[in-house]
Amino acid sequence: MLNFILRRSIFMIINIMLISILAFTVIQLPPGDFLSSQLESLRAQYGNNVEDRIEYLRELYGLNLPMHQQYLKWIKGIIFRGDFGQSFKENRSVKEIVVERLPLTMIITLFSLLLTWVIAIPIGVFSAVKKYTVFDYIFTFIAFIGRSIPSFLLALILMFFLYENFGMSIGGLFSPEFKNASWSLAKIMDLFKHMILPVIIIGAAGTAGMVRVLRSMVLDELGKQYVQTARSKGLAERVVIWKHIFRIAILPIISTIGWLLPRLVSGAMIISIVLNLPTTGAIMYQSLLNQDMFVAGAFVLLLSTLTIIGTLISDILLGLVDPRIRYE
Amino acid sequence: MTDTKINREDKTDFSVETKPVARTQWQLIWKQFKRHKLALFGLYTLLILYVVCVAFPGFFAPYSQTNEFEGTNVPPHRIRFVDVDGNFHIRPFVYNRTQELDMETFQQVYTTDTSKRYPIKFFVRGDKYSVLGLYETDIHLFGVEDGGRIFLFGSEDLGRDLFSRVIYAGRVSLTIGFVGVFISMILGLLLGGISGLAGGVVDELIQRIIELLMSIPKIPLWMALAAAIPQQWSAIKVYFAITIILSFMGWTGIARVARSKFISLREEDFVAAAHSFNAPMTIIIIKHLIPNFMSYLIVRLTLAIPGMIIAETSLSFLGVGLKAPVVSLGVLLQRAQSFQTVSLYPWLLLPGLIVVIVVLSYNFVGDGLRDAADPYS
Repeated sequence: MLNFILRRSIFMIINIMLISILAFTVIQLPPGDFLSSQLESLRAQYGNNVEDRIEYLRELYGLNLPMHQQYLKWIKGIIFRGDFGQSFKENRSVKEIVVERLPLTMIITLFSLLLTWVIAIPIGVFSAVKKYTVFDYIFTFIAFIGRSIPSFLLALILMFFLYENFGMSIGGLFSPEFKNASWSLAKIMDLFKHMILPVIIIGAAGTAGMVRVLRSMVLDELGKQYVQTARSKGLAERVVIWKHIFRIAILPIISTIGWLLPRLVSGAMIISIVLNLPTTGAIMYQSLLNQDMFVAGAFVLLLSTLTIIGTLISDILLGLVDPRIRYE
Repeated sequence: MTDTKINREDKTDFSVETKPVARTQWQLIWKQFKRHKLALFGLYTLLILYVVCVAFPGFFAPYSQTNEFEGTNVPPHRIRFVDVDGNFHIRPFVYNRTQELDMETFQQVYTTDTSKRYPIKFFVRGDKYSVLGLYETDIHLFGVEDGGRIFLFGSEDLGRDLFSRVIYAGRVSLTIGFVGVFISMILGLLLGGISGLAGGVVDELIQRIIELLMSIPKIPLWMALAAAIPQQWSAIKVYFAITIILSFMGWTGIARVARSKFISLREEDFVAAAHSFNAPMTIIIIKHLIPNFMSYLIVRLTLAIPGMIIAETSLSFLGVGLKAPVVSLGVLLQRAQSFQTVSLYPWLLLPGLIVVIVVLSYNFVGDGLRDAADPYS
């Protein structure tokens, strides 16, 4: 096991290095750079001196250097100084932006994951155990529809529905009066009130898929011999299902648990944009649109690194939960 | 449990047919597939949608996709059988809407003009269009006579008929998934196959590349690639570029499946037998290996198409995929981006309904195929 982790970790470091090159290439792909896309607003600010200003900024950020030197400059800053560079648009360090947005993003994602599991696990297991009953048909149908609605559409429809029927105004995480207020109980309550809808929407988006996976896994396991053995020992059906079958049926979900790491950081990007949530996903989208390359690069690198680490964690967890897996 | 099931089927077979009939694998699959009622329903829905949107959009759409009428954001016209006086008409009809400016809210208000009925007629003449690029005609399935309008889904902010635009958008959105999946299947089969059959360094290399591609977050990669498409490209070029980007993202999953199947199959006895007959490698791959997991592959592909359709819709919705003047369902939904617009003109969400119907049908078909894919089990 230790050997396995060690070997994988070495691969991981090589992978992350390659990813950083790839990430840098990807954010450089669109033609032009931030300065050329913001030419007009800079001109308004600096008038006729705009050329000098741009030249100065290019020099400052090393945008005139060849690609590989730019990359080296960027990666050196990250490795040796933990410096992800500056945001052109907001004129402050990328680290500040990440630190500001990360906690709220994580809270929203965690709550919505919790919601997904609380809903999906009992429904998935019961619709397998009570196969072809009304319960199963209803939830299979709902799950099918849930899987077929693009998440942004679900967000739009729910927003529309809640507004029409309950007059709830949606968007953002705080009411205007709390937006810049310091933290207080009232502000936290306000936050929770605004979080309900995003949590429901993000949670609902993942529920349908999980119900289907669990249902088919439990169905597969139900017919196996160890289940008969467990029953013939006289175990209660509840114990058979939750202690014997469920432990195996949950494996595919555990194998994706590592992917939660990047999801915690990215939040649900598209839903965040539609609901106007101040998550990291929304700012990543903005930075990609504006070619604010150091912000975009930091997020792409962060997310891919977390995906790689997450995959390793999943593999280790699988080995712990499933005694049949041996790592040589 | 499976044993009893098979026995029962055998019995019914004997009672119907007096002598055993050899069936091909595909016949068995079809027989099994037909039992899944939802899957069958999904298949028919898809067939209808493809005929309407992809094959003959001009015929089924009452107007052309660019025809701009006076008045913007007109609510959908209701098809009526009973007029204001309570008379029943066997031929359905619509009333026109007249536009007024509400002086209090300064918004356009539409009132139904009940003074004149416009009966819906079939095979009417209207905007010119070409059938399958072969010849031009102006006959539409339905429409109303001059002076009347029929907007089944309402109209949008330039006064164009949303229903017609949805049909034309369907042509783009429905084919993009299809073509994209096809390209990613070829890429995936090729690279997965090489990886599985060659083994060694080549295998290791391809696997690492796949891992790398899989760990890059999807949306930034999409956005970067989509932003790299030159602005001056024509609509059709952009369409193909987006399709290729989508399939570029999709092939890794298929390559993994193909690889694991090739690895497990290459040790089978029948492959060894083929080897001993001196069969060339290409023949072994095409005749023995691929048919063995073709059914499984088709299931995977059927389930991959809706993923691509959703991807295209989401991307275009965000404004980083296809862009006007190309109409896709995502491009149409872009108008519904702000919540204010949706609450004022809820019918702008109707293209989303088509997306859901298409994706749902594909999921049903995929589910049915999965059950039927292995008819010998």
